Amino acid sequence: MMTENNKPILEVKGLKTHFFTKRGVSKAVDGIDFNLHKGETLGIVGESGCGKSITSLSILRLIPSPPGKIAGGQVLFKGKDLVTMSEDEMRKVRGNEISMIFQEPMTSLNPVLPVGEQIAEALRMHQKMGRKAAWEKAVEMLKLVGIPSPEKRAKQEPFQLSGGMRQRVMIAMALACTPEVLIADEPTTALDVTIQAQILELIKDLQNKLGMGVIMITHDLGVVAETCDTVAVMYAGNIIEHAPTEKIFANPRHPYTQGLLDSLPKIHEDQEELQTIEGSVPSPYNMPAGCRFATRCPHQQPICHEQQPELIEQNDGVKVRCWMYTDHWTAKSVKEEAVK
Amino acid sequence: MLMFIVRRLMQTIPVIIGVTFVVFFIMQLVPGDPAVLLAGEGASKETIEAIREQLGLNRPLLVQYFDYLTSVFRGDFGVSLKNSQPVLDEILVRLPITIELAFFSILITIVLGMAAGIISAIKPYSLKDTTVMIVALLGISLPSFWFGLMLMYFFSVKLQILPVAGWDSILHVILPALTLGAGGAAIVARMTRSSMLDVIRQDYIRTARAKGVRESVIIYKHGLRNALIPVITVVGLQFGALLGGTVIVESIFAINGLGRMIVDSIRMRDLPMVQGGVLVASLVFVVVNLIVDVLYRFFNKRIELN
Amino acid sequence: MTLEAKTEQSVVITQTMKQPKESKIKDFLSILTMNKAAMVGAIIILFYIVVALFAPLLAPYDPYEINLDNKLIPPSADHWMGTDDKGRDILSRILYGSRLSMGIGITAVIFGAFFGIILGLIAGYYGKWIDSTIMRIMDILLAFPGILLALAIISALGPGLINVTIAVGAYSIPLFARIVRGSTLEVKRLEYIDAVRSLGANDVTIIFKHILPNILSPIIVQGTLRLATVILSAAGLSFLGLGAQPPSPEWGTMLSSGRDFLFSAPYIAIFPGLAISILVLGFNIFGDGLRDAFDPRMKK
Repeated sequence: MMTENNKPILEVKGLKTHFFTKRGVSKAVDGIDFNLHKGETLGIVGESGCGKSITSLSILRLIPSPPGKIAGGQVLFKGKDLVTMSEDEMRKVRGNEISMIFQEPMTSLNPVLPVGEQIAEALRMHQKMGRKAAWEKAVEMLKLVGIPSPEKRAKQEPFQLSGGMRQRVMIAMALACTPEVLIADEPTTALDVTIQAQILELIKDLQNKLGMGVIMITHDLGVVAETCDTVAVMYAGNIIEHAPTEKIFANPRHPYTQGLLDSLPKIHEDQEELQTIEGSVPSPYNMPAGCRFATRCPHQQPICHEQQPELIEQNDGVKVRCWMYTDHWTAKSVKEEAVK
Repeated sequence: MLMFIVRRLMQTIPVIIGVTFVVFFIMQLVPGDPAVLLAGEGASKETIEAIREQLGLNRPLLVQYFDYLTSVFRGDFGVSLKNSQPVLDEILVRLPITIELAFFSILITIVLGMAAGIISAIKPYSLKDTTVMIVALLGISLPSFWFGLMLMYFFSVKLQILPVAGWDSILHVILPALTLGAGGAAIVARMTRSSMLDVIRQDYIRTARAKGVRESVIIYKHGLRNALIPVITVVGLQFGALLGGTVIVESIFAINGLGRMIVDSIRMRDLPMVQGGVLVASLVFVVVNLIVDVLYRFFNKRIELN
Repeated sequence: MTLEAKTEQSVVITQTMKQPKESKIKDFLSILTMNKAAMVGAIIILFYIVVALFAPLLAPYDPYEINLDNKLIPPSADHWMGTDDKGRDILSRILYGSRLSMGIGITAVIFGAFFGIILGLIAGYYGKWIDSTIMRIMDILLAFPGILLALAIISALGPGLINVTIAVGAYSIPLFARIVRGSTLEVKRLEYIDAVRSLGANDVTIIFKHILPNILSPIIVQGTLRLATVILSAAGLSFLGLGAQPPSPEWGTMLSSGRDFLFSAPYIAIFPGLAISILVLGFNIFGDGLRDAFDPRMKK
C-alpha cells in the first residue's frame, strides 16, 4: 500500500498558521512537519481545536486572511512552495492537483445550482472542457462515485439528495480533475455509521484507482484504524506523535496518545467509568513555554514545563515529541519501559 | 408549483374581501349623517328621512356592506360627490400613470439598491462600504417630501435641467421616480449587503474556493444567486411603501395619478373617491404581493418540498 | 423562518434566560456603548427630548407671533434660521415643533405597541383558531400599502393632530402583533414554560410574568425603529395638509407652507426637513444599535 521509495509528493516543513485578533495572537498551528507519498493515506488525528483542520486549509491557502496568516514554513508540492505561490497559480492547484472535501455535506454544496453543474464547473475551469463535454464527464463522475441514475441526479439540486449522496457528490467534484492529493476533512463525521463505511470504502477505492495521496483528518480513531497507513497525532497546534498505524495502536509512545487510546470504550472489559484525560487544552492565545501537554501529563517533570521537546524519530521509525524519549529524561525506568 | 399558485390565489380572496370590509368600515366612521349632507341646509326632517330610505342607510350595517361588496364586483364604485361622475372612470384614468411611476421607481430601487449592496459587501468595513451604508442610512431617514423638494430645487430651479412638474416626457419621470425609489433603494442596499455577507460565510463558498474558482465568479455566480433570494421579499414589501409614497410624490410634482387623487378627494371630503382609490391601490398591492410570493417560491424551490 | 434559524433563536433565548440578570444587563450595555454610531443616535435622541421639554425656555421668540414687518428674512444674527412669510421666527417654531413630533411619535407607537403586543401575545399563546383569526385580520391590515391605511382613517375622522396620531399608530398594531406572536411561539415551546405551568401558574400569569419579559428585546427594537417611521409618516400627513393645521409649528406643516417659497426663500423648507431627518436618523441608528446589542450572535 505504501510506496516508501518514492519521493514524497507533499512536504510540509515547519508550517505555522497564526490568527491575529483583538484578543491577541492565536497560534493555531505552530510548526508542523510531515510528508505525504503517492498512494499513502496519512491520518491526522486530534481533538477539536488542535489545529488539524487549519493545517489542511493552510495547505490550500484557504485561511481567511484577515485575521489568519501563514506565519512561516513551507508546503512543497511537486517541488514548488505553495506558501509563496501567487494567488493565480494557487487557484490552478486547488480542485485540480490538490482537492479537498469537507465535513458537512448538507451545507458544503451550493443550494441553488444543480450538482452536475457544480462538478462540471471544475472541469470547464481546470481542464478547459466545453459545456457539453464537461457535463457528460460530470455524469460519469457521479456514476463513478456510485450514485444511481446519474443523468437524472446531475440535474437535481443538493436538497433533493440524501446526506450520503451529497458527500459522494463532493467526492466526485473533488476528484473530477484527477488530483494527486485528496484532503478529506472529517468526511464521515456528519453521516450515519452505515453510510460512513461506504464512503470510506469509496475513498479507498478511488485512491487506488487514481493513485492519489490522501490526508484523512479525523477525531475518530476507528476511522484511522480502518483507512490510514500512517498517523500524525496533533495536540495544541503541534504534531506530538507520527507513526505507522499499527505501531501507534500497538505501542503508543506519547502520553497523550496513550490517554486517547485508553479513553476508548473497550468491548471486552467491564468498565465502570470511561477513562478521561484530566485537565484541558491550553489556550492558543497563551501557549506555555514548555511541552503543551505537560500540565495534564501523568509523567510530568520540571524540564517538561521549561522547554518544548522536538519531534524526534526513534529507532523504529516512530516520531515522538516528548522528553521521556530523549537523553534528558531522568526517570530511567519510564524510558526503558517505552522502548520495549 | 401550479398547486402553490392556486393555493395562494385562494388565500388572497379572503384578504381582498377583508380589505373591502376595512375600507367600508372606516368610511362608516365619518362623523355626521350623509343624508343630512346631501339634503343640504335647512332641509326638513321628512326630506332627510326620504333620502335615508333612498340611500338604504336604514338597513343593518352588514347588509349595506354586502351591497357595497356586490357593487364593487360589478365595477360600480359609486359616484364622485363633487362632479357625480363614476368613481371607477376617474380611477381608470389615473391608475396607469401611477403604475408607470411605480414601475420606474421600483426599477431605481432594485438597480441602485442591489448595486450599492453588492459594492458594500465585496469589501466589508472598507471606506466604500462605510460610505454606502451611511448614504443608505440617510436614505431611510430623509422624508420623501423633503427630498423631493430639495431635488426639485436643485435640478429644476437652480440648474434648470429638469422640468418642475407634469408627466409628458421621460424627463418628467426622473425626479419623481428618484424621490420615490430612493428610500426603497436604501433598504434594499442594506438588505443585499447583509444577505451577501451572510452568504459569503457559508460552507459552500469555501467549497467553491477549494475548487479553485475565481473570486469574481464566487461573488457573482455562487454568492449573489443565493443572496438575492431574501431580497425579493424585501422588494415586494417596498412596493407597498412605494404605492403609499405616490401620494406625496404625485402631490409635489403635480402628477395626475391615483395618489394625488386620493389626497385631493380627502381634502374635498369626496368620500366615494377616497374609498375607491384606497381600495384599488390596496388591491394592486395584494396582487403584487402574490406575484412576489410566487417568484420567491420559484427561486427557492427548497421550500416547496418542505 | 428556516428550522435552523428558529432553533438558533430559541437557543439564544434560552441561553440569555439562563444568565443572571445583572450580567445580562452589563453585557448588553457594554455592547451598546461600544457601538459609536448607536451612541451618536442616543445623543441625538436625548438632544431632541431636551429641546422638546425645554422649548419654551430655549426659544428666542414666540412661535406664533406674527410680525409682517419682519417677513421672509434669511438666516441672520437676530433670526438664526430666518423668518417665514408671516414674520415668525423659524428657529422658535422648529423648537416648539419638536414637542409635536416627539409627542405624536411616542404616543402613536405606544398606542400601536399596546394593542399589537396584546393581540400578539394572545394569538401566540392560545394558538389554533384564535391565532388564525387574529393573524388573518393583521394580514388584512398589512395589505394596505404604506400610509394608505392612515389616509383612509384620516379621511373618515378628519384632519388634526389626534386623528393623525391614531391613524399612524394603527399601522403599527399589526407589525407589533406579528413580531410578538412569533416570539411568543418561540418562548412557549421552551421547557421553562411547562415547568412554570406545572407549578400551577394560570394563563395570565404565564403570559405577563413569564413570556412577556423574555420577548422584550424585539419589542424594544421594533418600537425604536417604528418611532422613526411614525414621525416620518405623521410629518408627511401634515405636509399634505391632513395633520396638524397651520399655524401649528409642526415640521411637516411648516414644510408645506415653505413649498410656496421654495424658490425665493428655500430656508423655510430646509430647516424643518433637516429637523425631521436628523431625529429620524437618530432613531434609526440607535434602533440598529439596540438590535445588535440585544442579539450579538445574529450580528455580522
